[in-house]
Amino acid sequence: MSAIDMMGPPQRSGSVLGWLRRNLFSSIGNTVLTLVAAYLLWLTIPPLLNFAIFDAVWTGETREACLGEGKGACWPLVWANFGQFIYGRYPESEIWRVNIVFALGFIALVPMLIPSAPAKRFNVIFLLVVYPLIALVLLAGDRPGLPPVPTSEWGGLLVTLVVAVTGIVVSLPLGIVLALGRRSSMPAIRMLSIIFIEFWRGVPLVTVLFMASVMLPLFLPEGLSPDNLLRCLVGVALFSSAYMAEVVRGGLQAIPAGQYEAARAAGLSYWQTMGLVVLPQALRHVIPGIVNTFIGLFKDTTLVLIVGIFDVLGQVRAQLSDPTWTVPQGALTGYLFAGIVFWIFCFGMSQYSSFMERRLSAGRGR
Amino acid sequence: MAADTAKSMRVSDKVMIEMSGVHKWFGDFHVLKNIDLTIKEGERIVIAGPSGSGKSTLIRCINHLETHDAGKIVIDGIELTEDLKRIDEVRREVGMVFQQFNLFPHMTVLENCTLAPLWVRKMPEAEARDLAMKLLERVRIPEQADKYPGQLSGGQQQRVAIARALCMNPKIMLFDEPTSALDPEMIKEVLDVMVELAREGMTMLCVTHEMGFAREVANRVVFMDEGEIIEQAAPDEFFSAPKNERTKSFLAQILAH
Repeated sequence: MSAIDMMGPPQRSGSVLGWLRRNLFSSIGNTVLTLVAAYLLWLTIPPLLNFAIFDAVWTGETREACLGEGKGACWPLVWANFGQFIYGRYPESEIWRVNIVFALGFIALVPMLIPSAPAKRFNVIFLLVVYPLIALVLLAGDRPGLPPVPTSEWGGLLVTLVVAVTGIVVSLPLGIVLALGRRSSMPAIRMLSIIFIEFWRGVPLVTVLFMASVMLPLFLPEGLSPDNLLRCLVGVALFSSAYMAEVVRGGLQAIPAGQYEAARAAGLSYWQTMGLVVLPQALRHVIPGIVNTFIGLFKDTTLVLIVGIFDVLGQVRAQLSDPTWTVPQGALTGYLFAGIVFWIFCFGMSQYSSFMERRLSAGRGR
Repeated sequence: MAADTAKSMRVSDKVMIEMSGVHKWFGDFHVLKNIDLTIKEGERIVIAGPSGSGKSTLIRCINHLETHDAGKIVIDGIELTEDLKRIDEVRREVGMVFQQFNLFPHMTVLENCTLAPLWVRKMPEAEARDLAMKLLERVRIPEQADKYPGQLSGGQQQRVAIARALCMNPKIMLFDEPTSALDPEMIKEVLDVMVELAREGMTMLCVTHEMGFAREVANRVVFMDEGEIIEQAAPDEFFSAPKNERTKSFLAQILAH
């Protein structure tokens, strides 16, 4: 072998010190920034950890356990009210129904995360069609053996998930239809799509919820007023569909005209062209945007509080006025708990999105 | 040799494409002016002309990727109107190969080829796969069947595009500058496939600047300029004795080097 063939790639120094010098202290400016950042972290992280973990009260039966100088988060408050935070005022004897719905959803979601799992198509149909029906029957009841539970008694994480999942499941297909409509060559369909999208994007979600909950019953004849939660679900779903439509439209615009032409020239119909050629590519381009909308929607569900529906955050706030658990650090503890719950779900979605992106881009050469 | 090949390919009397009095405008721009063109089964037509002369638009009218504003286009007995059913019928009979290949990047080579047979012809999956593999062998890349288009060279992609079009078993093949986006060393592999196709008797319309190809396989060269058909003749006559001044100056330009 000649000398050139023997050459390997240049050695990268592996030492920690070398890494530090290259990345954190490579110039005076960088050194200053590193020190400032370290100082800020030192100011914020230790007190947070102290409050949440080291000084926190972990066990106890009553508020007295959390009283006293220098005590951190009052976790017994969360343990004692955990049921309320998860299920709201759902009757205790019927909570098994909620648990079945949670467990079924979880079991159906897991195979979606494993690329090699069999029967994907069946699973998707189950998740999008069968599961919502099962959930509706189990949660609302009013069937033989299942006493009715009015939605006014639902609350906590249950409501958060019901609103968010409904919004997500409805907004993606509806958003796709609206995006296609907005790019349609038929003027009537295009106009209707534009009006719909711009209307829902133009009003704040708070207004939508308020209109749905308070104003709508005034216009409807007596006795024909649908359930309060249902009205909010429709409002949230339509609202997020408008956002989704614009995200999907962005993806559609990235597809070159040649793709449409090749598909049409091969004899594919409009819907085949869209469904087999254009949308699979367009949606792939906008996975980050789609998940971004999902995460935004998930957090926006907290707004249902203003129409008297109690999601996780609403339950936490309601709990703060409970005199049996009035402690100085109660509000901080409650909000920290709510924050952790939301973070787990949103971080999960964001991880799933980057997993999908990696998987879809693997082995395609570009 | 070239002349022998051309003669050995039979042309039947059946009319495959008939365009009469076709006009088209892009806004105010009159891109096709009174086009009359009749093509019989088994003919190999090369359309030449300066850029912007309407060559691509002409062949894109044949499978209705562009609508014509006036005149009549009849493909294998089916007149092209705004009737979507007829357009789909024509598109099933007409294969097209594009300058930019336009393969579907999210599908493997094999999936690109089986897509239309599966969904348009409703062919069973095994049959579609066999057909696609047979045609990929014909364009000499069966070993790439499971790769994605992005992993192939331009020449390979264009051969896949030809196989994809052939999978619909078309009666007519349209080529829209099939070698213009290719690196020089890849042009030959694509032209070889096209020559073979011509020898098998496919009716072909080809917009191209490859005059060697025109000499070898075309039985007629159509010269267009400014939206009009200026002259059409057999390749020998077209290259050696062009009649029109515009043809002469075009040939002088492209054959000069």
